[in-house]
Amino acid sequence: MRNAFANELTTLGGEDNRVVMLSGDIGNRLFDKFRAKHPDRFFNCGIAEQNMMGVAAGMAMSGLRPIAYTITPFVTTRCLEQIRTDVCYHEAPVTIVAVGAGLAYAGLGPTHHSCEDISFLRSIPNMTVVCPGDEWEVRAALRAAIADDRPCYIRMGKKGEPVVHDSIPADFAIGRALSLRKGRDVCLLSTGNMLPEVLEAADLLEKEGISASVASFHTVKPLDEVYLATAFADHPLIVTVEEHSVIGGFGAAVAEWLIDTGTRSGSLLRIGTPDRFYKLSGEQDFAREQLGLSAQQIAGRIVETRRQKEAS
Amino acid sequence: MTNTKDHNLLDTVLLQRKAAQLRGRVVEMSHKARAAHLASCLSACDVLAAAYWHVLNVNPATPDAPERDRFILSKGHAAAALYAALAYRGFLPEEELDSFCQDGGRLAEHPPANLLPGVEAATGSLGHGLPIGVGMAMAGRIRGERFRVFALLSDGENNEGSVWEAAMLASAQRLGNLCVIVDYNKWQATARSNETLELAPLRDKWAAFGWDAREIDGHDIAALAVEMAAVGYEAARPVALIAHTIKGKGVSFMEDDNNWHYRAPTADEVAAAHEELGLV
Repeated sequence: MRNAFANELTTLGGEDNRVVMLSGDIGNRLFDKFRAKHPDRFFNCGIAEQNMMGVAAGMAMSGLRPIAYTITPFVTTRCLEQIRTDVCYHEAPVTIVAVGAGLAYAGLGPTHHSCEDISFLRSIPNMTVVCPGDEWEVRAALRAAIADDRPCYIRMGKKGEPVVHDSIPADFAIGRALSLRKGRDVCLLSTGNMLPEVLEAADLLEKEGISASVASFHTVKPLDEVYLATAFADHPLIVTVEEHSVIGGFGAAVAEWLIDTGTRSGSLLRIGTPDRFYKLSGEQDFAREQLGLSAQQIAGRIVETRRQKEAS
Repeated sequence: MTNTKDHNLLDTVLLQRKAAQLRGRVVEMSHKARAAHLASCLSACDVLAAAYWHVLNVNPATPDAPERDRFILSKGHAAAALYAALAYRGFLPEEELDSFCQDGGRLAEHPPANLLPGVEAATGSLGHGLPIGVGMAMAGRIRGERFRVFALLSDGENNEGSVWEAAMLASAQRLGNLCVIVDYNKWQATARSNETLELAPLRDKWAAFGWDAREIDGHDIAALAVEMAAVGYEAARPVALIAHTIKGKGVSFMEDDNNWHYRAPTADEVAAAHEELGLV
């Protein structure tokens, strides 16, 4: 995802001279092409994320379209007040791009995990929260965020994730879910880099005779309420999947929508990380397995939930 | 747009008169609104008068002109003094000052975002104004716009780590179009600033961070006007003016008395203050 981001950024920088790249001293060589083409619009702001976010706001308030980039917890939690006050309160068109969301940096430990950021950022007024499902969605999200002229948070994985789309999805728009598969029995709503795992879970369900719809819900705020209404009307079970705490994340946003709209059809299963710090060493796949986020575990929970519903 | 080059004649008497008017008005505003932070406003009035009546290239008719100078009140708790300066300078109706802290008004106790002409940044949470100002100064350079950015910080605000993050980036980027003025009144909310966190030697600290740092009498309005007006675009270093001030300056019974960080004056005290300020 991060290479796609860097490449798309380089292209965008050539199309729009308002685009300025701010990095918190990461991305060694990642931005070489952008720097070579636009040396006056790349700044390493150092390991000083609070200032970087204020600088981004000041630039945006002066007509530029800055992108503030570093590892997820440091570009969100570390400078949450600057995001809230400098960026969102001023409605400054800053695009915040986070690398290594969720458990992408599992091996680096909880300091580098980010399973609370969706919760923090979606509660801030004026903030848009986008969690692309693959590298093509990353490219589309970056373009859309720059065009949107408003504060936007783009939450990426890291590198080498499976690719789902063949190209930039033509119908990508902030706030509109992408339908990837149509089924009858269950609708899987994936946000962020869980998408390949969710598609695999859908395959496993088909083998069990369970027909699954799958959507990439790349925008957590604003929610695609039209898609949600249809999904709940057409499926007995809706499942949200995210590499983020079940508290305050995408599933929580859907649950809030469900209550607020009084939707009675369909039921909701939220799959995410539990309310605890995950301290074991090991890489992302292992961590997902430990926390119940593998394709097999997702499919298993769905089968079990359906069984319980039928029994009750 | 006013051009500072046309103001070679420094009218010190005018600037002093403006500062006294600002002081008189914020005393009234604090009384009427029962609002805190009066003493913090009073220590900053000479800087504001020098800025708005001599230094800043701004025009109330075109408050968003791209090449205007930016003044950021990073010490947002002195909002009353900023509002008075903006009103007397023509950005706001003067009578609107009577709505300070009143229900439904635009003049909240800290400056709001995207609501008042002439307010460049919403402040109130300390340590935010300078990073925003650094971003503005960098944007000016990227876009080839010849404006300057001034940020007025409180001494207590120097406690915030984000101030020093910004100070390091500004010097690394050689932002000669950026000027910090530290309103060094030696108090913060509840205690002497140097007994809270050690700021001294404050000039040396800013100098060590790569700034062209100078000490100045923050109530010598002519000196302030000259130093601030000299900030240009081509210098290799940002400028930090460590302005030695007195909290509550201009009203004898408020000077250097930190009770006036929170107290609001009575009607009698307003009258006494006005008399001292020569406004009666």
